[in-house]
Order: sequence, then C-alpha cells, then structure tokens
Amino acid sequence: MIRMVSKNAIALALVAVICVVILGSLHLLTQPKIAEQRRLSQLAILSEVLPEVQQTRALLANCTLVNAPDELGGKAQRVYRWQEDDQLRAYVLDVTAPDGYSGNIELIVAISPTGTVLGTRVLNHQETPGLGDKIETRRSNWIYSFSGKAATPAEAKHWAVKKDGGDFDQFTGATITPRAVINAVYRAASYVQQHPELARAATNCELTP
Amino acid sequence: MSLFKELTLQGLWKNNPGLVQLLGLCPLLAVTNTVINALGLGLATLLVLLGSNIVVSSIRSHVPNEIRIPIFVMIIATFVTAVQLLMNAFTFGLYQSLGIFIPLIVTNCAIIGRAEAFASKNAVLPSALDALMMGLGFLLVLLVLGALREILGQGSLFAGADLLLGSWASGLHLQLFQSDSHFLLAILPPGAFIGMGLLIALKNSIDQHYASKKVVNKGDIARARVTGSPQ
Repeated sequence: MIRMVSKNAIALALVAVICVVILGSLHLLTQPKIAEQRRLSQLAILSEVLPEVQQTRALLANCTLVNAPDELGGKAQRVYRWQEDDQLRAYVLDVTAPDGYSGNIELIVAISPTGTVLGTRVLNHQETPGLGDKIETRRSNWIYSFSGKAATPAEAKHWAVKKDGGDFDQFTGATITPRAVINAVYRAASYVQQHPELARAATNCELTP
Repeated sequence: MSLFKELTLQGLWKNNPGLVQLLGLCPLLAVTNTVINALGLGLATLLVLLGSNIVVSSIRSHVPNEIRIPIFVMIIATFVTAVQLLMNAFTFGLYQSLGIFIPLIVTNCAIIGRAEAFASKNAVLPSALDALMMGLGFLLVLLVLGALREILGQGSLFAGADLLLGSWASGLHLQLFQSDSHFLLAILPPGAFIGMGLLIALKNSIDQHYASKKVVNKGDIARARVTGSPQ
C-alpha cells in the first residue's frame, strides 16, 4: 500500500518537474519578446497622443509614479515627462475614470504644463458596445475633440457634455460614459497645473509594466 | 480508413464538442463577438487539444490509473500556458483582445474530456486525429457563431484580422453595411446564447430530416413493427 502510494507520488512529482522545466525554459525564451511587445504597444500609444515627439523611447524612460487616487483615479499612475531643449513641454499621464457606465475607463492623456490637452486616448474600458464605446478611435472621432482644449479653472464650465452646458458632444443613449471621460481628463489637467513639482520628481517607473 | 471517417464524423458533427457535448461554453459564448476572436481562440484550443491528446496517448501505458486525472490536468495546463506565452509574444494584439479566455482554455472540459475518454485508451495516431477533428468541430461552431454575431451586431466581417494574421490581413476587413446604431443584442452575451440555441436547433432539425428520410426508406419494416405490438 505505502509502496504504491509513494510510487504514485513520485510519478506525479516527476510529471510536475517535467512540466515546470518545459514552461520555465519557454518563459525564458519568450520573455524578451513579450517585454518588447509591451514596450512597442506603449510606444505606439505615446506617439498617438504626442505625434510630434521623435524620441519616444527617451520619453518612456522619463517617467515617475504618482499616488493621487482622487485626482488620477487609482494608485501609482505613470506620469511621463517630455522635455525638449531642457524645457518641459508636456506631461503624459495614465488616468483612470472610476465612474464609467460599467467599471473603470483607463485613459492616457497628454497635457502641456499650462493645462492645454494635447491629446487623449482610451486604453481600456467595458462600456456598452455600440453606445459607450464611441470613446474608442475605431468607433468615432469623439476623443479627438479634446485636443487643443484648455483645462484651466477659467474654462471649467466648458468641460461638460452639451446637455450639461459644456462643449463636448454626448452620445445618443449614453451620457454617463462621456461625462466620466471628460471629468477624468479635466481632473488630470488640474492636477498637473497644481503640482509643478512633478517635473522634477525622481524617475522611478520600471520600463516594462 | 473507416476509422478516419468515423472520427471525422464524430468530431465535426455527431459528437461535436460545441453543439452536442456542449463543452467549453464559457469561452465559446464569451469570445465569439467577432470572427477573428473566434478563430484565434478556436486555433488555440485546437493546438492545446492536439498536444494534450498526443502526449496523453503516448504515455498512457505508463500512467498509474489512480493518478491519471491530475497528470492529464498538468499536461493540459502546461500546453495552455505554452500557448499563452507564445500568443503573448507573437500575436500581442489578439492576446490582449482575447484576454482572460486564453488561460481559461484550461477549464474547457472538452480537452480533459477527450484526454480521458479517447486518448487514454487509444494509440497516438487515432488520438491525434480525434483531437484534430474535435478541435475543428469546436472551431467551426466558434466561427459560425462569431460570423453571425459580427454581421448582425457590427455589420462587418474579419474586423481586426491584422491582430491574428499580421498587417497584410487588414485588407480582409469587410464592411457589409454601415449603421450608427448597432444591434446590441447580438454583441452582448444574450445574443451568444440565442445564436447558440439556434445553431443547436438547426443541427437537430437537419438530423431529424435525415432520420425521417431513413424511416421512409425502410417504411414497410417500421409499419410491421407498429402493427406487431399493441402500443
């Protein structure tokens, strides 16, 4: 009895060891490729919101983690800083809108130090297909309407959907989604203006997420 | 040759994992919102099934009966993780759009079902064939459901083909009709259930049609039986 059990245990352990060896080596083989893929997809997004930047890899490296759950929604959001000729030209922030119609909406927003939105894109969301998903570039060009808008306190009343007296189009049948995105972008822009020290914060993001 | 025919028929039609065994419904219903998602998951499942059936069948005589299930589970989990790593490395966009459903292949009962019911009792070649046909059967159901939902819901076909096949494939994208308001029901999970139900009904009605034809051919025998028994 004991003999049989221990024989089975050894057989099971042997299979486990073989599986671990196979997966471990495969992991080592694919890891650099996966890291590169992630970096490429991140670079693609960065150059979407800041098309004029050439040195996107340098931009990717100049990144600090910020903990401001109220303003940026979520802990440890990345803030990239784009510097040109020793002058700060823009911040690129990861922003989470916590009040989407179904769950969080993850955004990336490029903002100039004076509070003008340079560009924004939705990275991830679970909004209703056909209604709320018009925040994606492949469904509608609504998200482009942020580019060039100033998000200073004086402009605050424009930062709402038209129904609420603002500048932005709402979608038929879905107002919660655009409201959430507008508010999240505005909060991020105000945060950048209120915290100029972000420009000098230490670089502490890992390169690969 | 007859074995080949029988396994093909079983996998693709008579014992189709999607339509008859109703296994692996979670990924089947969740990712079939576009044809390309369906194709990606179908191919991944096919690969895992093929690998696990071949390995299980080739070690079947060395595996003690009492611990065969945990060993099969480990083999399947290994294959799923391998597929996941490879997809993450080489089809990154598709990997992101399939999300959680790649690791969930491990819970697809069709895979452990074939390992236990077929591969653990048969030689390598028939097992590989069985896996191929079962996987193809599953893939076909995914594709039909995916096409149905994508056409109804978004009016397109092969949207996002470049995620799976590389940039040349973005030309495959067909926009059949353009509408501002999508047919939401088709994209959301209830549409998947309804579509699945319709497909099963279609299969059953085809089966019934052929069965009734057969009865007509042997009509006299059937009648003799009816008159022969009181009920």
